Amino acid sequence: MHIVVCIKQVPDSAQIRVHPVTNTIMRQGVPTIINPYDLFAIEEALRLRDKLGGQVTILTMGPPMAEDTLRKALTFGADRAVLLTDRFFAGSDTLATTFALAAAIRKIGDTFGPVDIVFTGKQTIDGDTAQVGPGIAKRLGLTQLTYVSRIADVDGEARTIKVERRAEGGVQELATKMPCLITMLEGTNEIRRGSMNDALRASRAEIVKWSAADAGIEDTAKCGLRGSPTIVKKVFAPSPRATKATMVEPGDATPAEALIAEIFKQQPELESKLMTLARGY
Amino acid sequence: MAEAPKKPAAAGGRAGTKKELPEHFKDYKHVWVFIEQERGVVHPVSWELLGAGRDLANKLGVDLAAVVLGAPGGGVKEAAAEASCYGADLAYIVESDVLTDYRNEPYARAMTELVNTYKPEILLLGATTLGRDLAGAVATTLLTGLTADSTALDVDTDGSLAATRPTFGGSLLCTIYTLNYRPQMATVRPRVMSMPDRVERPLGRLIEHTFTMVEDDVVTKVLSFIADRESDKSSLAYADVVVAGGLGLGSPENFQLVRQLASVLGAEYGCSRPVVQKGWLPAERQIGQTGKTIRPRLYIAAGISGAIQHRVGVEGADLIVAINTDKNAPIFDFAHVGLVTDAVRLLPALTEAFRKRLSASTSERIAS
Repeated sequence: MHIVVCIKQVPDSAQIRVHPVTNTIMRQGVPTIINPYDLFAIEEALRLRDKLGGQVTILTMGPPMAEDTLRKALTFGADRAVLLTDRFFAGSDTLATTFALAAAIRKIGDTFGPVDIVFTGKQTIDGDTAQVGPGIAKRLGLTQLTYVSRIADVDGEARTIKVERRAEGGVQELATKMPCLITMLEGTNEIRRGSMNDALRASRAEIVKWSAADAGIEDTAKCGLRGSPTIVKKVFAPSPRATKATMVEPGDATPAEALIAEIFKQQPELESKLMTLARGY
Repeated sequence: MAEAPKKPAAAGGRAGTKKELPEHFKDYKHVWVFIEQERGVVHPVSWELLGAGRDLANKLGVDLAAVVLGAPGGGVKEAAAEASCYGADLAYIVESDVLTDYRNEPYARAMTELVNTYKPEILLLGATTLGRDLAGAVATTLLTGLTADSTALDVDTDGSLAATRPTFGGSLLCTIYTLNYRPQMATVRPRVMSMPDRVERPLGRLIEHTFTMVEDDVVTKVLSFIADRESDKSSLAYADVVVAGGLGLGSPENFQLVRQLASVLGAEYGCSRPVVQKGWLPAERQIGQTGKTIRPRLYIAAGISGAIQHRVGVEGADLIVAINTDKNAPIFDFAHVGLVTDAVRLLPALTEAFRKRLSASTSERIAS
C-alpha cells in the first residue's frame, strides 16, 4: 500500500496581523504550522500503513522554507517527504495548484511505487476553498471521496475500499475502488505523538526536492499565476458600518437590565418574538 | 494586484489578465443556479442562490436557469417548477437512475455535459458538502475558475462576475474574477444571500437533457444513507435568535453560560472559529465564513473579538449585540449594540434578567 498525503504549510492564523495602512498581511515573524486539517489525513494514512503495511509519502508544494513542515510530518512516522518547489508555482490558484500536485503525485508513483490512496485535509485554514482535493482527484482520474469520517474497510488485494462520508443531513456509506482520493474530515482521529526514533530520523532525513522539471512538468504555462484562471482584482478591509454601535452605559440600572432595555429600544417587536420563542415555539 | 494591460497581452503572458475573452467562449451566455435536490427535498440555499442569480441575470440582461439533477420521478420536475417561483426563467433537468443518490462521478459528468452543451457564462452552487464536492470536480474538468464561499456577487462594468470572499484566514476581503474562462463559477454558503420572495408563476421552458451514463459505468456504490437524528441536527443557520461565545469566555466550561441564555431565549447557540480549533465545541457550532452563516432577528456575541471571517457570517442579523472586555475589539465596528464588560460575569445576570422580563411580559399578556 502506497499512500500519499498532501499537506500545506500555513501561517498560524491566530498570529496573522494586517498592516493598518496598506492592508497587506504582515508575514514577518508569523510562525507557520502544518494546516491543522491535514493532521487528520496524516494520522489516517499512518494507521492504514500500520495495519496493512506499505509506505506513506508526504507531499507539499511551497517555498523552500516549507521543508520545516515536511520534517515535522516525518516526526509522526511518515516514510518520506517530497517538496515541490519552483518559482513557476508562485501565484497558483487552486486549478494551477492541482496541476502541479497531480504531476508530482504521478512522479511519486513512477519513482517510489504505484499510489493507492491520496489523502488531503478537508480544506486549509488560509485559503479555505476545499477545492484542491477534488481537483487532484479529477486530474488523476481517482475516485473522489470528500468529507470522509471513517474508513471502514480496505482490501489491498481486491483494491476495494469502504468509507463513511459526511453528506448533507446524514452519512453515506460508500463502496468503491482504489486508487482514490480521500479528504479526511476533522475530529475523526487524533494525531499521534511520534516516537523518539522518528524524531531522530526526521531530523536527519533527506527531503526529496523537486522543481517543476523534476516533477515532469513541461508546460509551465499551466503553473503559477499564468496557469490560474482566477485573478484577485483587489484586496481590501471591510468598511466599518456607517452608524457606530450604541455603547450601553449602565448608569442606575444593572448592566444586564441596561443592555436588555437598549435591545428592545432598537427592536421593539423583538420582545413578543422572544416570548413566543421562550415558550418553546 | 494585476492591472488590466493597455494592449492585449502577448501569447504566453499572464493568462488571467488578458481582457479579451477567447473566441470559443463568446457564445457562453446566461446565469445558472444548481438546484441541490436530494430525496425530493431542495436545500434552501438553492432558492437563496436564485435570488442572487436573478440580480446578476438582470444586470447582464440574460436569462436565469435552474439546473436540477436526480432520479426519474424523484422530484426533479417539481423542483424545476418551484425554481420558477424563486425567479428562474427556465430549467435544465437530467433524470437518470444513476443520479438517485448524490455521487461525484455521475453528478460531475452530468453537470459537465450540460455546461459543454448549453454554455452558461456563470454557474452558482451552494457551498454545502454536496455543492463543494461537485463544484471542485466540475471546475477542474472544465479547467475554469471557481471561487469558494463567496460572500458577495456582482457584475462588473465589463460584464465579468466579481466574487468577493474573505482571504488570508478571514482577515481581509478580496474580489476574484475569472476573466478568460467560462463558465465563471462560484459557491455560496447557506444563508449568505437572503431568501427571495416566492411568487407563483409557471416555468418558462423546461429542457430535458438525455444522459447516457448507466450504473455499470459508475465505480462508487452507495451502500446506505444514515440520516442524522433530529436531535443531532443543529438549526443554527436558520434560527431566529442566536447566542455565541468566543475565546473571551476563557474556558469550555463557561459555554454553559451561553447555553443557559440560549435556553431562556429559545435560541440556538454557537461559537467563533478559535473555539472550535481549541476543541471546546464541535465544528457544526462554528459561526463565520467557514462555519455557519446566520441571519437571525437577534444575535448576541459574548467574548468574540469579531474577525472578518466571523463578521461575514453574522452581518445578515437584524440586531447584533456584542459583549467584550476590549472596547477596541473589531466586533464593535459592526455590532448595533455594545457593552464593554466581562461576558463571564454578565451572562448569568443577563440570563436572569431576560427570564424575569420575558415571564413578566408573558403574565402581563395573560392578565390583559
